[in-house]
Amino acid sequence: MSRMARNLGKTGNRTTAQLDRLIATLRYGTTNVVGLLVLLAALAGLFSVLMPTTFPHATTLQAMMFQIPELGLLSLAMTVPLVSGGINLAIIATANLAGLLMAWILTAVMPPDASGATLALWLAGALAAGLMICIVVGLVTGLLVAAVGVHPILVTLGTMTLLHGLGIYFTRGRTLSGFPDALILISNKTVLGIPISFLVFAVVALFIHVLLTRTELGVRIHMIGSNLEATRYSGVDTHRVQVWVYIISSVLCWLAAIIMMARFNSAGADIARSYLLITILAAILGGVDPYGGFGRIVGLFIALWILQTIASGFNLMDISPHLALASWGLILLLVMAAKRIAASFHLAPKASRSWSHAEPGSTPNRSPEESS
Amino acid sequence: MPKLMGAVFRRTESALFAAIIVTGIILSLSSPYFLTVSNFVNLVEAYSVTTILAAGAFVVLVSGGIDISFTATASAAQYLAAYLAARHGLSPVPALAAAAALGIALGAINALLTHYLRVLSIIVTIATASINYALLIYFTNAEEIYNLPDWWSNRITFLKYVTASGDVVRITLPIVVMIAVVLLTQYLMSRTRIGRQVYALGGNPEAASRIGIEVLRVQLLAYGYLGFLAAVAGFIQAGRVHQAVPTAMAGQELNVLAVAILGGASLVGGVGSMGGVVLAVFFLAMLQNGLNLLGVSSYFFGVVIGLAILISISMTGYAEKHTRKRYVARAK
Repeated sequence: MSRMARNLGKTGNRTTAQLDRLIATLRYGTTNVVGLLVLLAALAGLFSVLMPTTFPHATTLQAMMFQIPELGLLSLAMTVPLVSGGINLAIIATANLAGLLMAWILTAVMPPDASGATLALWLAGALAAGLMICIVVGLVTGLLVAAVGVHPILVTLGTMTLLHGLGIYFTRGRTLSGFPDALILISNKTVLGIPISFLVFAVVALFIHVLLTRTELGVRIHMIGSNLEATRYSGVDTHRVQVWVYIISSVLCWLAAIIMMARFNSAGADIARSYLLITILAAILGGVDPYGGFGRIVGLFIALWILQTIASGFNLMDISPHLALASWGLILLLVMAAKRIAASFHLAPKASRSWSHAEPGSTPNRSPEESS
Repeated sequence: MPKLMGAVFRRTESALFAAIIVTGIILSLSSPYFLTVSNFVNLVEAYSVTTILAAGAFVVLVSGGIDISFTATASAAQYLAAYLAARHGLSPVPALAAAAALGIALGAINALLTHYLRVLSIIVTIATASINYALLIYFTNAEEIYNLPDWWSNRITFLKYVTASGDVVRITLPIVVMIAVVLLTQYLMSRTRIGRQVYALGGNPEAASRIGIEVLRVQLLAYGYLGFLAAVAGFIQAGRVHQAVPTAMAGQELNVLAVAILGGASLVGGVGSMGGVVLAVFFLAMLQNGLNLLGVSSYFFGVVIGLAILISISMTGYAEKHTRKRYVARAK
């Protein structure tokens, strides 16, 4: 009896250790926050050594805070679907359509002499209209993903084309500009030296972090990203979760649309289209698993700072922004190579999962080399 | 009724064919110009570049990957050839060979990175697309090359005749190259061993490697072939607009992928046919042409394409669910 108990205890210990490791992986995913921080520190250090007078300076930090929010909010809008095992290619199109609707209300419908309370009311109405259209877009996208059962990449490729087409049709390719000063404030006012737009982004990022890690919905989003079928069989209404994922993603696009309107003082169907692939790049760099199920907002947050540090550093050194973009791609490849090497030393067992895109929920299978 | 729907839409190709027939009848009844030879030939030429790119994207999709760097590859190869030909006076063969080699090399890099880094090819190609495109713009300052040599910018006509109504019909180089690419891709994918291996790899990579298929070799072929076709498309595109513009094809990659997927290529790999892709291009071309002829604003076209994609995937999804249900019913 005592021997049995001891043996049980022994195996129990081993199992507990394995479980602990599994839970740690589940909790932290493939994100190597320390690695990303080291990379960020190294880049910041490098630029500080190269430009000791201009880079390590409060104004540089503030300039970076002005730049991060729009890409940051769009990256959040991309990250939530990625964690759920999906993707939302329509984020830019959604943001632009919402931006156009809000811009149309503020420039064409609102009387130009509105001020004070009337202006505030019109502004609130415009923002509410933008929010409404984003919720509708998210709802329809989510329902299509859930009901049709084809990969979200296809559904959102369709909605992207449709929403962008609607934007082009309504504007004939023109842009709308000239918004009330109250809106522009978001992009150029600071509180205690921190831009309002950055504060908005930071609060939203914190909110999404809490949502993904501390709420029932957040856990379910991770679950469907890991294994949709198993989650369904465990009694979760996966369709409902998918609909929520795309509503959250679209509402984040609405926030990004407001920031972009304030920053560019214009709205159009073709604005910021080059951001689409960069949001995926940022999310993957931040450790979001492209197969779904794993990813932390902290990782994304640091990844955005890494990208912005490169862009700002290059800008201060008068190096072409095109080379900054090229080095973003290079950084992503290097980080993936580092992960791959780490995985081959079994330091990060998660990263050696199925290398090809099999159906969601396939068991982790060995790589061809290892099995042959 | 569901049974009939399932039967009709089980194959994307037959669904597309039905859609083409229906749209064709409606359009030819509403516009007398629609069903003319010259309109048809113009349509084919206008969509030659898209078809060539879609053929390459289709091969990578069948192999189970997604490449979105091919427009960057096409722009780079096009610029290299234009640079060598216009600035250094190289003759056609070495200039085009250099462009083709660059295209194949960039494709091979994608294959190697995908294979050795073990990440989704879409992620790898997002990175390489950023790098290639940014470097291209950096080194060229986004400057166009206008003075293409005559052998490139002059229209090469293989066949020319005047129809009874007085329209001039020209079978030009883009059309001939497009047909050659379609036939070559069809032959490669259905008649050669490595083509069938591409299907096997996309269908089940694990099984494919266990029956002795060299995964890397197949991936090199798929991505290299797309790189080669991107170079071809770059050459044709520059010839049609008489200049090489580094930014001309940027942002087209998702549209081309949409066409290939509309034609029945699956994102999971292993499925799809060249014929389906051709039908998809033709269907979209017909829709755009029809809308123009009917006087619908060309600004409306994006909406129509978006709806076409959504309806198409909804029908495919419906058919798949229906098939699955039938299997389950039979098993019981």
